[in-house]
Order: sequence, then C-alpha cells, then structure tokens
Amino acid sequence: MAAKLKIRVDQDKCQGHARCKALAPELFELDEFGNAHEAGDGTVPAGLEDKAWLAKANCPEIAIEVTEE
Amino acid sequence: MSDPVRTLPAHPPVTDWVHDFDHTDARWTDDPFPIWDELRKVSPVVHTDRFLGCYLPITYEAVREIAHDTEHFSSRRVLVRDERPEVTRNAAPPITSDPPEHKPAKQLLLPPFTPDAMKKLEPRVRAICNELIDGFIADGKCDAAARYTKHVPVRTIAYMLGIPEKDSDLFIKWIHMVLELGIKDESMLMQAVQEMTAYFAGHIEHRKTHHTDDLISTLMKAKDKNGQPLDDSHVLGSLRLILIAGIDTTWSAIGASLWHLAKTPADRDRLIAEPELMPTAVEELLRAYSPVTMAREVTKETVISGCPVKPGNMVLLSFPAANRDPAVFPDADKVVIDRRENRHAAFGLGIHRCVGSNLARMEMTVAIEEWLKRIPDFKLDPAGRVKWSEGTVRGPRQLPMLFGKTA
Repeated sequence: MAAKLKIRVDQDKCQGHARCKALAPELFELDEFGNAHEAGDGTVPAGLEDKAWLAKANCPEIAIEVTEE
Repeated sequence: MSDPVRTLPAHPPVTDWVHDFDHTDARWTDDPFPIWDELRKVSPVVHTDRFLGCYLPITYEAVREIAHDTEHFSSRRVLVRDERPEVTRNAAPPITSDPPEHKPAKQLLLPPFTPDAMKKLEPRVRAICNELIDGFIADGKCDAAARYTKHVPVRTIAYMLGIPEKDSDLFIKWIHMVLELGIKDESMLMQAVQEMTAYFAGHIEHRKTHHTDDLISTLMKAKDKNGQPLDDSHVLGSLRLILIAGIDTTWSAIGASLWHLAKTPADRDRLIAEPELMPTAVEELLRAYSPVTMAREVTKETVISGCPVKPGNMVLLSFPAANRDPAVFPDADKVVIDRRENRHAAFGLGIHRCVGSNLARMEMTVAIEEWLKRIPDFKLDPAGRVKWSEGTVRGPRQLPMLFGKTA
C-alpha cells in the first residue's frame, strides 16, 4: 500500500500564482487575496497523490511541501 | 496612429552582445532566443554600458535570485531606458513599490483579480472574442494583431475599470508612448503619463457623485493600513498601472500563441482534438513566449550567481530568458504543449508576482478557444510580414493570417 501523503503551503513563500489550485483543486484553497493554503489538515485523500506531486512540481515559488507519513 | 516626432540617442547595432547588449536592437526584437542561448554559455549575468549601465541575468537561477532579493534591488524604476530621471512618488504602486509599502498597496488590488473573480468575468470576455471574430471572419483573412489579439485585453480592462471601450485607441497610444517610445524619449513618457492622469482624474471626479461598481470605485473606496482613504496620487498611479500592465502584455501573449499555432498545425490540431489539454498548453505558451521583461535598480553591492553587481546600474530582469534556460526546462527551445512540469516565471517570481496573472490566463484561454472554435484552419499569410514589438513587452504587433477557404 502506498504511503499516505500530507501537503503544506509555506505562507512565507506563496505569492498567489494559484498553479496548485488549477492543477489540484481538491487539495488547495485560495484566500481572498488569491494565496494558497492546503485544504483541511493537508492530508491527501487516496487517489489524489499524483495531483499533490504535480502541484508541487509546478509551483514557481517552491512553496509546497509534500511529506510521506 | 502616427509616431510623434522624436529624437533618438545613438543605439548603434550591437556587435558584442556579451559586453554591449541592447534590448532595443533589431536582432533582439526579431528573435532574441539565439542571443540568450549564446550569452548563457558565457556568464549567468552580463553587463552593458548602454542605458547608463545595465545588467542582464540570463539564467533562471540568476533571475530568481534577483526577483527574490528586495534588499539589494529596488523596483522604484521598472523600465530600462536611456534616461534615469528623478523617481516620482506613487509612480505606479504596487509595481514600483518596495517593502514595506509594497504589501498593503498590492493587497488592495488582489481581491478583484482572484481566479473566482475571473470566472465571473469570463462570459463577457467570450462575448468580446466572438464580436471581434464576427467582424472579420467572412473576409477569409485578417491582421490578427490589429483586429483580434489587441482588442480582447483592451476591452476587458476597460470593462473592469468601468471606462468606455470606445476609448481603446487612446489606451493603445499611451501604452506605445510609455513602453516603446519612452525607452529613448523621456518627453513621450511624460506626455502619456500626463494625459492618462487627466483622463482618469475625470473618471474619478464623476464617481464622486455617481455610484458605479467597477475597479475605479473599488480603489476610491479602499483604505490604507491606517484606515485612511488612499490619496489621489496613489489611486491614479494604480489606475495607470492597471491600464498599462493589463493590455499589451496579454495582447502579446495571445498574439504569440496564435502565431505559434498558425505555423504549427500539429499543435493546433491536437488542441482542437484534445481541448482538455488547453490549461497545460497555455502554461507552455506562456513559458516559451513570455511577453514581459521587468527591471530593477541595484541599490547595494552584491553577488548574483557568482557575478559582482554594483549600485548605479539597472537590471533587465528577463523572465522570458529564464524560461528558456535548459538547466531548468528540458527541451527549453521546443514548445511542448503537454509539458507536465512547468515552473515557469512568466508572471514573475517573489513579491511582485503579476497581479493580473489570473486575468491573463483566463483571457488567453478564452481567446484561443473561441478562435479555434470559429477558425480551426488558419495559417500565416505568406504575402504579409509578422512584426514584433520593441522593448520589454514582446509580442506580434502585425500578424497577417489566412483562414477558411484561403488557408
């Protein structure tokens, strides 16, 4: 069984490019300024692991951390 | 529109790009990519004595370092030009702001440009695109830059600001004066700024007695961090910024995209067959043909990618060159419309990330989608010539196309 993933958006690095929200809308929320936060506690539901890695790989600010639990 | 009379300082053709680069040189305007590829082999940062001294970071890493470094680099001047006049307060906040003024000025502008706000605007943009196509589709040909790609952002921005779409020619004239003629002729830039200021002052005055629901009103109602209304110079500066930054940038991006699709039928046909590929393709077109080069001014001595950088010089902050760096993007010189990993910097990096990035992406997507729906078969007109803009916003300003039976 694949490891469970957790994501976190570093608020000091995020500049609101919103690439993560476009690529993985289930995993990220945007605030009123368009800056991203992980949805809920950041736990990636089973089946969305690829989207988590894709969001990380496309963040221009390298603001997304994906950790395996 | 005719160019006003102007006197040009000497810009002799460049023969040594490593020590004497010039972003207004005809070779750079026509095809900058081979120049950047050559420079990248020499040094991550090169310098010219033109423009009173200017650096050009040419790798992704060097561009990223400078974009993230507000301690040694200021945004008070955002155009690399022949002259460097006194900096005016509230020139165009937040693009011309440094910390700590930058953040509050930017936060005022962010809410109207979120992806959700853009979704609400999308039907209007789709309607604009179709009205424009209605105007030329029967002709079997058009200059797509003059008839289509220019008008999509002009009319969208006018709609958002709440100013008449019929004033479009004025906006285009000001942008040309600021971003192209202004590089070499200070008086052009000053005249355009004065005219824009007078234009917007009238619209602000009108809103003091008439309620409107648009971006001008939003800015007039905004409060600064002390709870006070913004002073008029701030409102006017931000309005000038939105007008200038919101038009020829997206005009360029849509134009370069259609130019690419016109000469690359395989990509065009694949996008028509696989419309779900559009978001990925838009990012790749943004990477490969990034329109916007920004600038910084060196305020303190530092080292960038091993190269010493000294105060008194400007920096031509080429996000387009960064996006062509093969160290970061495999096959950087190829357009790969299904490129999965694309950390491009077309909208900048760091605190000055383009406020209008979500708007630009929406306009590009809609403009390409509507064009492909109505004009699936098109090519560059071999009898015409594609002309690219000069300066720091790069895109086709003349784009002759044939379509339908003539294509």
